[in-house]
Amino acid sequence: MTPGVSVLAEVAALPVAAVNWHSFFFVLFAALACGFAVAVVAADNVVRMALYLVLSLGATAGLFFLAGAEFVGAMQLMIYVGGTLVLLVFGVMLTAQEPLVSIKGSGRDRVLAGIVGAALLAVLLQAAFSVRVWREPAAGVVSDPAATPIGMSLVGVRVDEPPAGGPVAAKRPGYLLPFEIVSVHLLVVLVGAAYLARAKRRKTPRAIEVAASVEPPAAVAEHAAIGRSRSAGGSVLTGGRS
Amino acid sequence: MSAGVVAVVPLLGSLLTEPVSVAHYLVVGAVLFVSGIACMAVKRNALGVLMGIELVLNGANVNFVAFASPYLQAEGSRSLGIDGQVIALFVILLAAAEAAVALAITLNFYNNHATVDVDRADDLKG
Repeated sequence: MTPGVSVLAEVAALPVAAVNWHSFFFVLFAALACGFAVAVVAADNVVRMALYLVLSLGATAGLFFLAGAEFVGAMQLMIYVGGTLVLLVFGVMLTAQEPLVSIKGSGRDRVLAGIVGAALLAVLLQAAFSVRVWREPAAGVVSDPAATPIGMSLVGVRVDEPPAGGPVAAKRPGYLLPFEIVSVHLLVVLVGAAYLARAKRRKTPRAIEVAASVEPPAAVAEHAAIGRSRSAGGSVLTGGRS
Repeated sequence: MSAGVVAVVPLLGSLLTEPVSVAHYLVVGAVLFVSGIACMAVKRNALGVLMGIELVLNGANVNFVAFASPYLQAEGSRSLGIDGQVIALFVILLAAAEAAVALAITLNFYNNHATVDVDRADDLKG
């Protein structure tokens, strides 16, 4: 019996009533998110990388839902998976020439990145498990939906429960100023992106001149042709009626 | 191999029967972060580097949401509340802005050099 099958058999032997379904779905989404994130690194084809990134970010949105952050999860799906990745896929499509689809890095770089990544991961895991409060299982306090408090805090009014011992609700700052900064930032960035990525006009004044000199007669001729066909059609119609 | 499996089965069983903690989310965030770092380091395609940045920001977001969630906190400890969620939203928005600009720069580079290989972007070499 292969190890994988025996693991599956052991897991299947768990009594169904003992399974914590929140944990089950956490394990499912966490495995999907981590697996596809590693697949993004391992893949060479940039189109496949984009697909794996979509799946990884979607699974992360599932993790957000499981943590009770349903508004952030929905925004993750709409902005990341729906917006940013469409942008990325357009970039892939616009630059998808045959030699560029899969540019391979050197093997030495890969080994080095693997060693550094493993070391960094070890440090981060050690840090994640070093604080006792973070390791204790969740008490499972079900919170109210957070969409209304988030929306109110973005216009500068806090309606969520103040923490015990903290400042009272009226004194706590909202997020009106960061919200304005981010919105202006987004506007400027999109204008700048459109300016950077615009189609360059060829600097050939001669061609523009020729086009300008040719255009009016062609337009006039076209109008005349349309007028002629109209009058012809009209005469045919009236002829048919009479 | 079999010893590893024997070690894995109780771990997986306890993972499925015990409630998750903040540390579980931190592990996921760490894996996403390290994948993004490795992606930025290894890929020579500029769009691959961009995807690595997205993964890094996403790993940070997982941590923010985990610390913000009242559901995941242990008995008697406080969560960040909606502050963490709002910061995660700002991170998502800034990631979108960053992706737009980086993509515009990449397309401009592609128009000028007919490649998206970041190793060829050495015009400013002193």
